[in-house]
Amino acid sequence: MAKDLTITNKINRRAFLKTSGGVTLFIGASGVLPVLVSCQDDKKIREQLKKVPVTAWVQLWEDGQMIIYNPAAEMGQGSMTSLPIIFAEEMDADWSKVQVEFSPQEADIYGGEGWAPGTKLMFTVGSRTTHSYYHVMRKAGAQARYVLLNTAANHWKVPIEELSAAQSFVLHEKSGQKISFGELVPLLTMPTVLPDFTEDQLKNPKDFQLIGKNIPRTEIPAKVNGTAQFAIDVRLPDMVYGALERGKLHGARPTLLNESEILAQAGVMRIVQFDYAIGLIASTLKGVLDAKKLLKIDWSTATSSGYHSQEIYSQYEAIAAKNQKGRVVTEIGNMGEALRSAHKTYTADFKNDYVYHAQIEPLNAVIQVSKDLQTAEVWVGSQQGGDTKLGIPGVLGVPPENVNVHLHYLGGGFGRRSMTDFVVECAVLAKEIAPLPLKLVWTREDDVAYGAYRPLSLQRLKATVDANGQLTGFSHTVIGDGGNLVAGGVKNDHYDIPHQFAEWRETNHGIRLKHWRSVGHGPNKFAIESLLDTIAFDQRMDPINLRRTLMAQSPKALATLEKAVAMSHWDAPSIEGRAKGVAFVDHGSIGTGICEISLDRNSGAIKVHHFWIALDAGMIIQPNNVKAQMEGGIIMGMSSVLKEQITIVDGQVQQSNFHDYSLLRMQEVPDSIETAFIPSSEKPEGVGETATPMVAGAIANAFLKLTGKHLRHLPFTPDRVLAVLNG
Amino acid sequence: MPKYTLNINKTSYDVEVAAGTSLLWVLREDLGLTGAKYGCGIGQCGACTVHVDKQPIKACLLPIEQFTAGQEITTIEGLSEHGDHPVQKAWIEAQAPQCGYCHSGQIMQAVALLEQKEHPTRDEIKAHMNGNLCRCGTYLRILTAIEMAAKTKNPTS
Repeated sequence: MAKDLTITNKINRRAFLKTSGGVTLFIGASGVLPVLVSCQDDKKIREQLKKVPVTAWVQLWEDGQMIIYNPAAEMGQGSMTSLPIIFAEEMDADWSKVQVEFSPQEADIYGGEGWAPGTKLMFTVGSRTTHSYYHVMRKAGAQARYVLLNTAANHWKVPIEELSAAQSFVLHEKSGQKISFGELVPLLTMPTVLPDFTEDQLKNPKDFQLIGKNIPRTEIPAKVNGTAQFAIDVRLPDMVYGALERGKLHGARPTLLNESEILAQAGVMRIVQFDYAIGLIASTLKGVLDAKKLLKIDWSTATSSGYHSQEIYSQYEAIAAKNQKGRVVTEIGNMGEALRSAHKTYTADFKNDYVYHAQIEPLNAVIQVSKDLQTAEVWVGSQQGGDTKLGIPGVLGVPPENVNVHLHYLGGGFGRRSMTDFVVECAVLAKEIAPLPLKLVWTREDDVAYGAYRPLSLQRLKATVDANGQLTGFSHTVIGDGGNLVAGGVKNDHYDIPHQFAEWRETNHGIRLKHWRSVGHGPNKFAIESLLDTIAFDQRMDPINLRRTLMAQSPKALATLEKAVAMSHWDAPSIEGRAKGVAFVDHGSIGTGICEISLDRNSGAIKVHHFWIALDAGMIIQPNNVKAQMEGGIIMGMSSVLKEQITIVDGQVQQSNFHDYSLLRMQEVPDSIETAFIPSSEKPEGVGETATPMVAGAIANAFLKLTGKHLRHLPFTPDRVLAVLNG
Repeated sequence: MPKYTLNINKTSYDVEVAAGTSLLWVLREDLGLTGAKYGCGIGQCGACTVHVDKQPIKACLLPIEQFTAGQEITTIEGLSEHGDHPVQKAWIEAQAPQCGYCHSGQIMQAVALLEQKEHPTRDEIKAHMNGNLCRCGTYLRILTAIEMAAKTKNPTS
């Protein structure tokens, strides 16, 4: 009879061999995974028992089919393939027999490197998934292989050292014996100790069979036949629907004025008061959204009342002019001395309006809380977090193990789904209506107005040169709200400049802010790369030569520059009316991007024709997928740089949907985006956020070459371009 | 609540929903055909694109009472039996999707183009696909996939 069991680490490891009663144990490096199969259906139990756990990361069937578990969120970056490939590589698994599923959301077992040494974390952010899981997956894959080799050694009574593995077979060369992984399943014995594989005990990269090859992404077929499951697709029996009205003034408190009218609407089941919103529960999606439109709410004032985003820059300029330091991020040499001894000083301000994530799947979640309010099942597309249970245990006042998270594909993340606001809201509503399952849907209007934006900021840069035009000092002051959200990306680790200073000066407007793909790197690399070209332009230097000098101490950076120069035929003259511009970015991986643009001088529209990227990302796991990340990063960068803008008037967010928050469309794409990799055997570096910050600087620099004028306020909308042209 | 009969993917469905419910909500929430996606609700993103009598339409905009049982509605689920329509195969070959959320709509929009025009030019493809947003920025691979599909579906003589 199947029953719920809670297994503790005390259980005898051998117990897993004698599993019965519908419980399958997974043996992980850190012990026994206490979560797994428990179900009443005998047939399902038998099916489950047909697969045998090898480690917590893989399950194997007698026919050789296997499931490898992916611990990371899949939001289009390819984790559903890249991490299992790394595992399968070390396991010597036959990739054609591999299926991939999400792992349970248990950081003790499935966590990658956390922020602090020795900690574990399941958090798909900062383009760190492949980097942080590279060794974890290699070691786990090697351990799985070891279990299989150990079993074969016992079976054949030969020393394990004489065995090898390839393509899901264990081989004993001396005797010519060969047995498949599947055939080992009924014989499986667990070693008392799983070796802790170190780097030098793992496969030599030159022997890689899967890593570095173009292997199709595992989840793409489901994404082209409509079966890929996003949380918004989840439907459950008796499911009800939730929605919240959060207003347009972040932080304002609502007073509902027409409660009885709302409760009288067909299908409306509950009104739930939040500090910042009015929540509704109704029996249908249409019902809840219709009722939401009828809400009459009196909103309080908030911190952001009276705030006008487009008028704030004059205050920021005044803050920049103050003779006082903010929080110092970098101090190398003596910038004051550089300014005093400068042959010439260049100063420029760069401005960046708010931008919105605009992931095409609006925020949503489905939660079912048990009748006794003690447990919850959660279906969600999340970038996970320090709390893998996404704040729900706190809402219910229950221990984390009482919350079961079913991770779904994310219809875009870009940083927005690293917040748990929408999950917590769903839990509050689901608790109200327990045990009915509840689907919370944010409308696009909700998603825009109650977004958490990349902050507005101003960068004041100063650079000094000596009599030869060589850079001697570089000072970078960021003014804006959001700490690292605005201050990230100000360092110049690959530029050899003797005196450097960078600081952040804080403002606060009460507008919700969050990491947005590449975070501070977008605005700050724009400012840095633009000022470099301003200097080159004034000094009549080739911007490439200027960077060559700066990169003299960083051969890796220089290699990307030279490669991009070659790819783009930088030295060949452009077609009449076009110009090229360059920008360098480091964000985990490092790369140089070069674009070619033209300009419609009547409309002010900038057309990007080509983008060339040379990237050093260490070892490349999936080359075609990394190229896809570069393409997507450039397109998202172009979208934000040329079009996107959230504006605030008297604290109120002015945009509401894609008609007034424009994204780049098909007719605006470049003819090509080409990516080349610098060969490397170093540990893989993140690639999701290196391309996006190239775009603003590269376009502005091409524009400078084309017109002699400076674009220094993002986005470069046609009206702003015309104002600069005619200014 | 009123009853409606719809012909979707060559199957007849009876549904009972409030008048004014969009085809998209009916497909997704009542019939479980969740391939068409909600993105904006105002016809700006194209994630909900389905075919009505082979024409691409935005399912979020049209209330159910505008449809008759005589109209053939096709969703991504009904495009091919095994996900092997030439456009779907090209999509896999080009490794087009990233997050994939908009791609049911992209594919339905693209299929309609190739039904109307065997060998569209790149500019014609771009114009036809301009109403379908992709935040992951997969546009260039979508273009490649459509061009590949045009070649395999309608080989030039």
